[in-house]
Amino acid sequence: MSGAELIFEKHSQNRASWLPELKSSEESLMKKLPASVLRRHAAELPSLSELDVVRHFTNLSHKNFSVDANFYPLGSCTMKYNPKVLDAIASTSAFSQIHPYAEEADAQGALKVLYEMQGFLSEITGMAEFTLQPAAGAHGELCGLLIAGAYHRSKGRKKTRVLVPDSSHGTNPATAALCGYEVVQVRTDEKGHVDLADLRSKLDSSVAAFMMTNPNTLGLFEEDILEIARAVHAVEGLVYYDGANMNALLGVCRPGDMGFDIVHINLHKTFAVPHGSGGPGSGPVGVRKELVPFLPSPRIVRDEEGYRFLKNSPQSIGKLRSFYGNFGAVIRSYAYIKALGREGLRAVSENAILNANYLKARLKDAFDVPFGGFCMHEFVVSAVRQKKRGVKALDIAKRLLDFGVHAPTVYFPLTVEEAMMIEPTETESRQTLDRFVEILLAIDRESVEDPAKVLAAPHTTPVARIDEVLAARQLNLRYRKPQAPPKPVEAKDPAYSR
Amino acid sequence: MQYISNTDEDRRQMLAAIGVPSFDGLLEKIPASLRKFELGLPAGLSEIDLVRELADTGRANRHFIDYACYLGGGVYDHFVPYVVGHLAMRGEFVTSYTPYQGEASQGTLQSIYEYQSLICELTAMDFSNASMYDGASALAEAALLAIRASGRRKILVPSTVHPEYRLVMKTYLSCLDAEIVEIPSRDGTTDAAALKQALGPDVAAVIGQQPNFFGLLEEMPELAAAAHQAGSLFIACVNPVSLGLLQPPGEYGADIAVGEGQPLGNPVSYGGPHFGFFTVKEPLLRKLPGRIAGLTVDKTGRRAFVLTLQAREQHIRREKATSNICTNHSLCALKAAIYLSLLGKEGLRKLALLNLENAHAAYDRLLRIPGVKPFSKKPFFNEFALLIDRDPELLKESLRRNLILGPLALSDFYPEVRNGYLVAVTENRTPDDLERLAKAIEAV
Repeated sequence: MSGAELIFEKHSQNRASWLPELKSSEESLMKKLPASVLRRHAAELPSLSELDVVRHFTNLSHKNFSVDANFYPLGSCTMKYNPKVLDAIASTSAFSQIHPYAEEADAQGALKVLYEMQGFLSEITGMAEFTLQPAAGAHGELCGLLIAGAYHRSKGRKKTRVLVPDSSHGTNPATAALCGYEVVQVRTDEKGHVDLADLRSKLDSSVAAFMMTNPNTLGLFEEDILEIARAVHAVEGLVYYDGANMNALLGVCRPGDMGFDIVHINLHKTFAVPHGSGGPGSGPVGVRKELVPFLPSPRIVRDEEGYRFLKNSPQSIGKLRSFYGNFGAVIRSYAYIKALGREGLRAVSENAILNANYLKARLKDAFDVPFGGFCMHEFVVSAVRQKKRGVKALDIAKRLLDFGVHAPTVYFPLTVEEAMMIEPTETESRQTLDRFVEILLAIDRESVEDPAKVLAAPHTTPVARIDEVLAARQLNLRYRKPQAPPKPVEAKDPAYSR
Repeated sequence: MQYISNTDEDRRQMLAAIGVPSFDGLLEKIPASLRKFELGLPAGLSEIDLVRELADTGRANRHFIDYACYLGGGVYDHFVPYVVGHLAMRGEFVTSYTPYQGEASQGTLQSIYEYQSLICELTAMDFSNASMYDGASALAEAALLAIRASGRRKILVPSTVHPEYRLVMKTYLSCLDAEIVEIPSRDGTTDAAALKQALGPDVAAVIGQQPNFFGLLEEMPELAAAAHQAGSLFIACVNPVSLGLLQPPGEYGADIAVGEGQPLGNPVSYGGPHFGFFTVKEPLLRKLPGRIAGLTVDKTGRRAFVLTLQAREQHIRREKATSNICTNHSLCALKAAIYLSLLGKEGLRKLALLNLENAHAAYDRLLRIPGVKPFSKKPFFNEFALLIDRDPELLKESLRRNLILGPLALSDFYPEVRNGYLVAVTENRTPDDLERLAKAIEAV
């Protein structure tokens, strides 16, 4: 066996044995449906026994790097340890086996969690109120920009442009475009901050919002933030906070105090919701007081009788998804905040900042550091020196996998040549960081002594470097059964007629 | 409780290595005025206290172990075999990131490829992406795709499509020069004559939901044909479990087929997280939003999987991307892949038959109650609407007293439907449950 058989290529007796037997005959049941709506060819699902399904997916899982098994210093992604008790709480019947259309009185526990969570996030970020509806960071951005648009319209302002830093994440411009705005980039200055002069030159009354992170994508605190907010507000623009880097600020300082009008938080980064191989996450959005009426509907409020939905808010931007958000993610973060409390949250950011600065200090001799000084929770180094020896950031990333370490984020931000963005998070120990430094220094030495070895990496993963060009050229996006024509399932003649 | 691994001694030595006397030295760039605040949050809890407190909070929820659930409306109380949670909750799946580093993520990538294949088989569509947030946002993205692909600006939506899905679409389309036109219904399904009248050269797409919000079966081939005749795209929004019996969208001409994936192995979980599936016919492939995994080889010629067609996506294209979506609810899609693998070809059909059987048994039993009438006599799958001539508050009380959740009052969504209730009946309901429901209504 090559070890990569598809589930469609394996065969054993499938029994779907959790299903009880039918009580009536199939024939009599089929009379309930007109022939015109019936499926004629059964879906070609695989046929496997329960054991073979268990083995298939267990073996697949062995081919993944994960936080549970590997150091995962993926910059901007905050790959911290995900406490197992959070998964256990979210999986209890009381929280996983409840229906979103249950009467408010039948879901007071869930509503309490949502209501209190809105309050926790408001306190942590310094905003007036939160919605938990957005399903992800990019969904939060969509929510935030729709709120900005509705707010400006309510004031009779015509706004056509959104500003983003040139180092911003791709979702920022993509979201602004989805909301119909022209996207304008603001330069980064030589110190790695928003270029205030460039920002000022692009600010005028057409600017709906300036979207930014703080700390920024280079891991640096925007020290001019108060000045930036004043400048944007002066043209009646809003300052939008992308919470990708919130892990640096818990109990340290608050976006609301910096002058941000709208923030989104990634619960799957800062608040310990596991990344789940790429979702589900959660992207709650907070706003300052003046923007509260525009939040998505329904909002969750509390009165003498308990927790309830507030559905009639005429200025609301409406609904962003069905129901109330990714409750299963929200309850994990709610329990996480309860577990950590105020001291624990501050300790998160202190240790995240300490770990990042420690790594930066230890790596600065072997790698180019485009922006000096202290960083916040992450930092960017450049592999330009190694590239001169023929070893690029991508090669170093692949070589790290051989040592059981996940690669940092490479080639992002786009503004730094051969960028390697490193975010250790607060949950890693000094011993793990020291080992990571030794590995990177060893790879740096290899780039001099044996570059071919680095260029051929990874050597120990289930597959070697992947042919991405072939993947895009000869598209194979699904399994198709080798030349077996689908066998028609005989449609029973239904007595049913309308 | 904290999850910090550094000791105090580690921290002291690390600060020394960095060259600062104290931690606050690292924060020198933050204006002092911003640092003067105290978090107004409670102190932390031990794991013992945390679990106890959350169990107390949970006691205020009425859940499906104690209560028989007849609530549906998009998410359903299906049985999730234990294998699904066991496998999907493995740390290697739960705590890994989006599989951008392919060599370190073959498990996730192969499972996405298999998910895409399974969804294509189920829907008889050509291509699937790696999943979206939920059914509602998937339908909204489908409308965006149709507008982009056709250069037209109108979307026709029957009033029988899930009301929340229509609201979400309205939000997504609010920034575009687009118009959503509602098509009225006749006896619970789309009024085809009204639809044909509304069609024209400015219509980007027609949407049909199968089964529709009332649980009733639409004439999907007729709706699709009408759309195509006007040069519009047809978007089908389907319940995946129903496809064990019902004609798949690929066979009646859907150009885009989407739906809520929760019924495939995901717990209801108060409405999320679930996932939306998103499929297209071949001509629309390059306009798909979201991630897609493909099969290729590694440099030694071995089979390998990788994210592909990324030139559509925001991290490459920025403001020119096909969508701003940056995630795919991977873990929920993985649960669906495991669930469908466990079901197999015959299991899927049997599951659909069990739903059909239970729902029709409930329908027949409830109609024997005086004052209970069908909302429509058209065929349905596992959900149906009834008119129950009882005082709504008394009915609610009786249902709760009998440990029953639901059915869903239609007046919440269609104020003109008085005393209407939507009843969802899955394979999880027993004959005893059904009898209890009937008695609870009879008691009012």
